[in-house]
Amino acid sequence: MSRISEERKQALLRRYGSKMANVKAGPGAMKMPGPGPGPGGRRGGFGGPGPRGAMIKGGKPKNASATINRLLAYIGRDKVKILFVFACVLGSSVAGLGGSYILRPVINNLVSAGSAEEKMRNLVMGLLIMAGIYVVGVLCTYLQQKIMIGVSQNALVRIREELFAKIQKLPLKYHDTHTHGDIMSRFTNDLDSVGEMLNHTMVQIFSGVITLIGTITLMFVTNWILAIVTIATIPMLFYAGGFLGKKSRKYFAGQQQALGAVNGYIEESITGQKVIKVFCHEETAMEEFDFLSDDLREKQIKAQFFGGIMGPVMGNLSQISYAITATVGGILCLTANFDIGGLTIFTNYSRQFSRPVSELSMQMNTIFAALAGAERVFEVMDEMPETADPADAIAICSEANPVEGAKRIKGEVVLKNVTFGYVPGKTVLKRINVTAKPGQKIAFVGSTGAGKTTITNLINRFYEIEEGEIFIDGINIKKIKKDSLRSNIAMVLQDTHLFSGTVRENIRYGRLDASDEEVVAAAKIACAHSFIERLPNGYDTVLEGDGANLSQGERQLLNIARAAISKAPILILDEATSSVDTRTEKYIERGMDRLMRNRTTFVIAHRLSTVRNADLIIVLEHGEIIEQGTHEELLALGGRYYQLYTGAVELD
Amino acid sequence: MKRYWKYAKPYLSAFIIGPILMIVEVIGEVVMPWLLSNIIDNGINGGKGVSYIIAMGITMVVTALCMMAGGVGGAYFAIKASSGFANDLRKDLFRKIQRFSFTNIDQYQPGSLITRLTNDITQVQNMIQMLMRMALRAPGMLIGALIMAFALNPGLALVILCVMPLLGIAIYFIMKVAFPRFTNMQKKLDALNTTTQENLTNIRVVKSFVRERHEEDKFRRANTELKDSTLSAMNVVIFAIPVMTLAMNITTLAVVWFGGNQIIAGSLTPGVLTAFINYVVQILVSLMLVSFIILNSSRTLASARRINEVMRTDIDLTDENAAHKDMVVRRGKIEFRNVYFKYYKNNEKWVLENINLVINPGETVGIIGSTGSGKSSLVQLIPRLYDADRGEVLVDDVNVKDYSLKNLRTGVGIVLQKNVLFSGTIRENLMWGNEEASDEEIQRWAESAQAHGFITSFPEGYETELGQGGVNVSGGQKQRLCIARTLLKRPKILILDDSTSAVDTATEARIRESFRNELKGTTKIIIAQRISSVMDADKIVVLDDGKIVGMGTHEELMESCEAYAEIYYSQMEKKVTAS
Repeated sequence: MSRISEERKQALLRRYGSKMANVKAGPGAMKMPGPGPGPGGRRGGFGGPGPRGAMIKGGKPKNASATINRLLAYIGRDKVKILFVFACVLGSSVAGLGGSYILRPVINNLVSAGSAEEKMRNLVMGLLIMAGIYVVGVLCTYLQQKIMIGVSQNALVRIREELFAKIQKLPLKYHDTHTHGDIMSRFTNDLDSVGEMLNHTMVQIFSGVITLIGTITLMFVTNWILAIVTIATIPMLFYAGGFLGKKSRKYFAGQQQALGAVNGYIEESITGQKVIKVFCHEETAMEEFDFLSDDLREKQIKAQFFGGIMGPVMGNLSQISYAITATVGGILCLTANFDIGGLTIFTNYSRQFSRPVSELSMQMNTIFAALAGAERVFEVMDEMPETADPADAIAICSEANPVEGAKRIKGEVVLKNVTFGYVPGKTVLKRINVTAKPGQKIAFVGSTGAGKTTITNLINRFYEIEEGEIFIDGINIKKIKKDSLRSNIAMVLQDTHLFSGTVRENIRYGRLDASDEEVVAAAKIACAHSFIERLPNGYDTVLEGDGANLSQGERQLLNIARAAISKAPILILDEATSSVDTRTEKYIERGMDRLMRNRTTFVIAHRLSTVRNADLIIVLEHGEIIEQGTHEELLALGGRYYQLYTGAVELD
Repeated sequence: MKRYWKYAKPYLSAFIIGPILMIVEVIGEVVMPWLLSNIIDNGINGGKGVSYIIAMGITMVVTALCMMAGGVGGAYFAIKASSGFANDLRKDLFRKIQRFSFTNIDQYQPGSLITRLTNDITQVQNMIQMLMRMALRAPGMLIGALIMAFALNPGLALVILCVMPLLGIAIYFIMKVAFPRFTNMQKKLDALNTTTQENLTNIRVVKSFVRERHEEDKFRRANTELKDSTLSAMNVVIFAIPVMTLAMNITTLAVVWFGGNQIIAGSLTPGVLTAFINYVVQILVSLMLVSFIILNSSRTLASARRINEVMRTDIDLTDENAAHKDMVVRRGKIEFRNVYFKYYKNNEKWVLENINLVINPGETVGIIGSTGSGKSSLVQLIPRLYDADRGEVLVDDVNVKDYSLKNLRTGVGIVLQKNVLFSGTIRENLMWGNEEASDEEIQRWAESAQAHGFITSFPEGYETELGQGGVNVSGGQKQRLCIARTLLKRPKILILDDSTSAVDTATEARIRESFRNELKGTTKIIIAQRISSVMDADKIVVLDDGKIVGMGTHEELMESCEAYAEIYYSQMEKKVTAS
């Protein structure tokens, strides 16, 4: 009995298949790490007939010529090398043609009416010439490949770097609305297709064109009648190629979507595997996956069939043309004094001629995949980066950490009439006014979704405010260079994010030039030192991805150490100790006090013990400040804060 | 390899027919030059005339059409068989992973499992398709062309035979050098992917610490290493074609030399020489294909190995030996007897030591302790997410290992610390708890978890798509949805692992209130940081460093347990100073 209804099946296809990887968006919505399907591509490109395109990722390109131009620009930086490559291609193609052409006189000589010695001499000479041509051809082939690979790798390196650098500059809004899996797949699948094309296709197209032109010329030179006969078969080839290509592209799109659905479902299930087990959801998951996988198989067969038969169809159509050529050629030999040597080489030409045509048509899949991939990559590169700093933006620094040319600030933060929403029409913060004097501890409390994290997102300009202003020491933050602003604000976020690397490296991320002693000192402030010492290699222990070998609380302590080591004058703690037990938190408190001394601190916490000693507590509800004051003042008010607080005390 | 037989069997007919059809193509390829030589020798020189030539021509065209049919058919079967094979393998691999225990899952990085299900399977699929289309064709063409060559003129054929082994040795060496370089290249690609993925996941940290330049440097290093390793591998491989072409050329020269001499001496016809030259090309091209296949199969072997690794993993937590598979959790009594546990079996240190604990049906038990003291580990033993290394865990006086996993986990509901929701509507997510839940039930438990309020505040309420953008489900809301989801299971034992850390105290109090009222018969275990969350529990268990250091009611513990008192005072300090 099937557990999944038709509706669910449609929903699965729609939900997971809309992009290459899963599409989840919205700040705060679940984040799935999605590495995407890994490296594809075949190496060692042989031009022979072969089943390619089995799993080329990508789809139809939209604006081919613009994309091509852009891609060429990347290669174009190695202009001299490209010219050399083309010279080699020319050389190898000409050698190829020459090698087959030379057979004609050689064979003719053998059947001619000369003496045996003459024939022998001519034979030897012919062979020597052939040898020479071959050597040139092989050399050119080798050089052309070697240089081309270097060129295409360089181009790939450049594109990758630019893509990565661009991603660093994109505003958080982009990151929040695009899944990692999707972005990653542009680095892997899309660039793989591009790489494939750069490596082989370009050269093959060029050599194919040259060979074609050369062969046709030689054919005409040899026997124009036969040449016309052979060329008459070209339209047949193109028609077949075009027809098959169209069909395969159509089914291709379907295959890509199904592939995306399977990938997306796998990502989600694997990442959420533990929840699946806890709810005994395994059977349902298996059924749903079976459905998606079967769907993929169906679409794959259709798509790959049309792509896959291009080889046999084109190849054998050219066999037919070979047959016709041989027949007509034979007749000509009998009737029109066409020499046998000529027939021999003509049949070779006929073979040589159809090979580039069929190879070119088989390349079409690769080309389209590469163009589509390149388009997706350029799409990201063309995204609007974070707005650039205005020309008169200044740099700031703290008293403790003076920097040349930067204005010293004390750390007074003022929010004036700040109104903001992530999505237009849905306001999250309404007319917020907060003044934090230097060194003060300001706490934000309120129910979930009230806007607390949002405020911190605005102070360091992860998002830009439309209405209202934020000042640091009287300077509007929009007038401060973003980099400078952010390096003077240390954040400890709710989600712990650690990098693979040693514990030491992770802590040092807060200030790259910190010494080892400073690292230990920061760890001590965060009460992390003791558990770090107990790790197998202490500070040099390598953390698995995102610190999987530590508990949630321990990860938070590392986060805090990271912030401790930076000397920023403004500190933001967003639920920084939510997974740390209160006893440890108390031990940290002294360290935290040291952490917060001389820094303006913004704290967001649900645990009221954390906020109790703040200089100012601000209670947010639905994006508005409904109460503010010190802990004692707010209790006395008997309002929301009192409610929140006594919710805890009530059961005393 | 035996494993793969299981997947090949259903498509056996395709696996056989496909290559056979490809042979048709091969035969045709081999016959064509021979027909041409007929035209030359018999038609032209032999004087059989135009009609003979035309007859030969027609034969050739018909042969070509047969070849096309063969090729198309071969392609069809190859695709059908390879897709089917890969599909079945993929489904089975997914199934296997579904059966993994938590420990099994922990052994693999999620990214690695994902790659095995996608990329590695693709490699195997491609290889099968290629093999089916080439495996008989290339050697077939090789053998066919050799046979024809020998049939035409054994002397000349010997020339070809001399060159072949040398070529084979050259290819062998190329591959031997290339293979480890390809392996290295894969590793570098993995490294690049990891760097990129981490960067994307941690982008907030990168931005807030202004580490963009640093990240770019990291990336550049990985990028350059990848380029270098790719070049190193490719630079070896690109020797292959020139070497083969050279071999082909030398063979051609030799054939023309010896053949030419024979023609001059009158013992060979030009037609044969022509055909021979064609065969030389065919033979060497097929050799190229064979080496291409071998080269690729070494990469595929790596993929196959990775798939095997997963398939062969011993599932270390099964209910195969369960003695009471039909038993369900009825009362909700839990007992730990001398339990010891650790995650990494090689570690010396226990995560849980000498745990002895009895929880009676319907009790509310709080578990409190410092970070890393073993609280999550303790509760995860109850639904057998992990197994204890020593001692026993009993539910309703029966060892948990004697329940079927399904019954056990239906009866024990646990809200994990890390909350995961899936693509779908809120309703669909909640119904994971009970696939047949009615709307009223869903609403009832959503209310109990204090989630109904915010759900109805969304424009689409329960039909809101989670994860399609537009909806900001905050941390606290997510937690409440996860609680509601578990409540819908109506478990006899409910475990909350710090599931209200992001929920404000007032809301949390309401949740506890509704538990008190609506879950009277349910045994509740609550792990929390806030004393307030566990203060009114029937029993509180205090853990420290994997051991139970206190157990009892709040009042008892205030007297007897120093650790507990510390925690209390650290949270209640205000009370002491203000009043």
